Amino acid sequence: MLQVDRIDVTIDGSAILHRASLRVADSEIVAVLGPSGSGKSTLLRAVAGLVEVALGDITWDARSIKDVPTHQRDFGLMFQGYALFPHLDVAGNVGFGLKMARHQQIGDEVDQALDWVGLEGFGDRTIDSLSGGEKQRVALARTLAPRPRLVMLDEPLGALDRNLRQRLVVDTRRILVERGVTGIVVTHDRDEAAEMSDRIALMREGRIVQIGTLSQIMDAPADDWVTEFLG
Amino acid sequence: MGRIRWGWVAVAAVPTIFIGYFFAYPVIRILGLGLSELSLGASGLEARLVRVGWFTVWQATVSTLLTLVVAAPLTWAVSTFEFKGRRLATALITVPFVLPTVVVGTAFMSLGFEDSIIAILAAHVFFNIAVIVRTVSTLWSRIDPHLQEAARVLGASEWGVFRRVTLPLLKPAIAAASSIVFLFTFTSFGVILILGGFRYTTLEVEIYRQAVNLFDLPLAAALALVQLVGVSAALYLYSRYQERKAVTWTLESGSNRKPLTGKATVAVAASVVGTIGAVAIPLMVLMTRSLRGSFYRGLVEADPVVGQPISAVRNSLLFAFVAMAVATVIGVMASAVISRRHGTLSRWFDLTLMLPLGTSAVTIGFGFIVALDWPVDLRASLWLIPMAHALVAVPFVVRSMVPTLRSIPDETRDAAAVLGASPGRVWREIDLPIVSRAILVGSAFAFVVSLGEFGATSFVARPATPTITTMIFRLLSRPGETSFGMAMALSVVLAAITAGIVMWLDRARVGDIGRF
Repeated sequence: MLQVDRIDVTIDGSAILHRASLRVADSEIVAVLGPSGSGKSTLLRAVAGLVEVALGDITWDARSIKDVPTHQRDFGLMFQGYALFPHLDVAGNVGFGLKMARHQQIGDEVDQALDWVGLEGFGDRTIDSLSGGEKQRVALARTLAPRPRLVMLDEPLGALDRNLRQRLVVDTRRILVERGVTGIVVTHDRDEAAEMSDRIALMREGRIVQIGTLSQIMDAPADDWVTEFLG
Repeated sequence: MGRIRWGWVAVAAVPTIFIGYFFAYPVIRILGLGLSELSLGASGLEARLVRVGWFTVWQATVSTLLTLVVAAPLTWAVSTFEFKGRRLATALITVPFVLPTVVVGTAFMSLGFEDSIIAILAAHVFFNIAVIVRTVSTLWSRIDPHLQEAARVLGASEWGVFRRVTLPLLKPAIAAASSIVFLFTFTSFGVILILGGFRYTTLEVEIYRQAVNLFDLPLAAALALVQLVGVSAALYLYSRYQERKAVTWTLESGSNRKPLTGKATVAVAASVVGTIGAVAIPLMVLMTRSLRGSFYRGLVEADPVVGQPISAVRNSLLFAFVAMAVATVIGVMASAVISRRHGTLSRWFDLTLMLPLGTSAVTIGFGFIVALDWPVDLRASLWLIPMAHALVAVPFVVRSMVPTLRSIPDETRDAAAVLGASPGRVWREIDLPIVSRAILVGSAFAFVVSLGEFGATSFVARPATPTITTMIFRLLSRPGETSFGMAMALSVVLAAITAGIVMWLDRARVGDIGRF
C-alpha cells in the first residue's frame, strides 16, 4: 500500500505541492484529476523519487521510501510524452526494465508484455516507425513488463486523438485490472478518470481536496470549486 | 537531489586535474613571470609591446572583415537554395579550415609570396571562410520563410526584407562566427611565422622568438600576458553571442531552402564556383610544384641535418593516436559533467574547457616549458607532445558531444531511472549509445588536430623526434629549392591525410566541423 503523507515539493522557489496526501490500497487504481498546473505530474514524480520532497513522508507498506533512490523503488512511471528510448527498438524499450533487474528470460517477458497491449510481433520495429497509438501501447508495455509494485500513468492518453482515446481508455483499464496492478492515473479529463479508476482524487493548487468515486464526490462536493470543476 | 554523488565527483576530477596541471598551472606560472617582468619595466619593452600588439589587433580585425566579405556570397547561396552539389560545396570549403597552418603557409609560399602582408591576410581568409559559411548558414537556412513573406506583404522590397528581417535575425550567428575568426587570427602562429618573415610579427610569433630563439623567458611571459587579455576579451564576446543564439535556436526546425530556379542560378553558380575555385588555387599550385622534381623521393632519403623526413610521419601518427585517446577520455568525462542538468558546476566547467581552445597553442607550449619542471621535470619527456595536442583537442571533442547530450530530454533519462537504472547505468545505456557518433567525430577530429598542430609542438618537440609540422618548418627554414620542394611534398602528404579524414567524416554525415 502506498501512502503519501502531507508532502511539500518546491521547484525553483515555487511551491508545487503543499501538504498533499494520498493513499492507494493494493490492487486499487486511483485517478488523480485536476486542472493543468495543479501539481498532478509533480505528485507522480515525487512518488517516483524524481523530485525532492521537502516535507512530509512517502511510505510503501508502512516503510518510508523517501530516501530510496528512484532506480531502487521498483515503481513504474509512464511519461506523458512516453519518453521512449530513440536508440532502441520496441523490444529494447520494453525489455529495458527487465535488463536492469537482470531478469533471465527477457525475450519471453517482452513478448508477453507486447501481447498484453496487443502489439504481438512489434519487437524489432523502430520507435520512429510507430503511430501515436502504438507508441502509447509500447510505453505501457515498457512500464508493465518488469511487473513493478506500483504503476503510475501520467496523462496516458493525453496526446492522442479523441476516437483512439475512447478505445484505449477501455483497453488500458482492462490491462491494468487483469494484472491486478496497483496504480495511479493522472488525467485532466473527468470521464477518463471515472472510467479508468476505482476512486478519484481531486487535486487543486498542490493538494488533494477530495477523494471518492465520481458519484460520491458529485453527491457531496467538498466546496464550490469541486462542483464547478466537475460541471 | 541534495546528496553528493561521489561517482560524478570522480568523473569531474579527472578532466579537472588534467586541465589544472597542463593548462591552469602553467598559465599561472606565466602570469607570475610576466607580471614581474612588466613591473621591472625592462628597456624597450613598452615600445615593442605597442608595435607588436597593434599589428596583431590590426591584422586580426582586417582578416575578420575580409573573411566576412569573401564568405558572404557563398553563405547566401548555400543558405537560401537547395541545389545539387550544395553539400559538396560546404564540404569542400571546410577543407582549408582543417588544413594545418604549416601546410597553408607552404601553399601560399608556393604561390611566390614571402614577407608579405597580402599573403597573411589571404591565408587567414582562406582558413576561415568555412567558419562563417557553416555557422551562419545553419541559422539562415532555418529562418521561418513566413517571416520574410510577412515583410513582403507589408510592402518591403526583396532588399528591404534582407536588411530589416534576415540580417537582424542572423546577427547573433554572424557575431559569434566573427569573434571566433578574430580569435583564430589574433592567435595565428604558423601562417605568420612562415609568411611574415621578420617584418610582420604578432604577439604569438614574438613569444616564440623570445622564448625559443632568444631564451628571454620573462619577456616572452610578459607578451603572453598581453595575449591572454586579448583572447579573454574575444572569448567573452563569443560566449555572450553564443547564449543569445541559443535562444533563437528553439524557434526554428528543419531547413527552409528554396529550389534553385531562374536568374538566381547564375548568381549561385558564380558564388559557388568562384569561391571554391579561388580556395583551390593555392592547393593546386602546391601540389603541382611539389611534383616538379624528385621531392617525394627526397622524403625517404636520409638527410645529414634533418634526418629522414618521412620518419616524421611515423612520429606524428604515433603522437596523434596517443593524443586522440587522451582527448577522447578527458572529453567524454568532461561532456558527461557539462551536460548534467542543474549544474552550476556544469556552466563553469564548460567555459574552463573552452579556454585551451581560445588560449593560443603557443601559450600552451610556452607554459609547458616554463612550468612542467614541477613536481617532476617533464620537460624532456616525449609525452609532452601528445599531452599538448590532447589539451588543444579536448574542446573539439566536448563541442562535438555536448549539443547531442543536451538534446536528450531529461524525461528519457528519468524513464531509465524509473525502470531501475542507476545514474551510472543511465549514462551507459542512454547517453553513451546516443552520443557514440559524436564521440567518433570528436576523436577523429582530435587526431586531425594533433597531426597538424604546430604552435605548441614547436616548443616541446625535440630535434630527434620531429613531427610532420616541425619537419616542414625546418625544411622551409633551410635555403635551397630542394628543401623547399621537400617541404611542399611533405605538406601535400599531411594535407592528403587530413583532408581524407575530414571528407570521410563529412560523408558519414556525423558532425559539424567548423560550426560555432
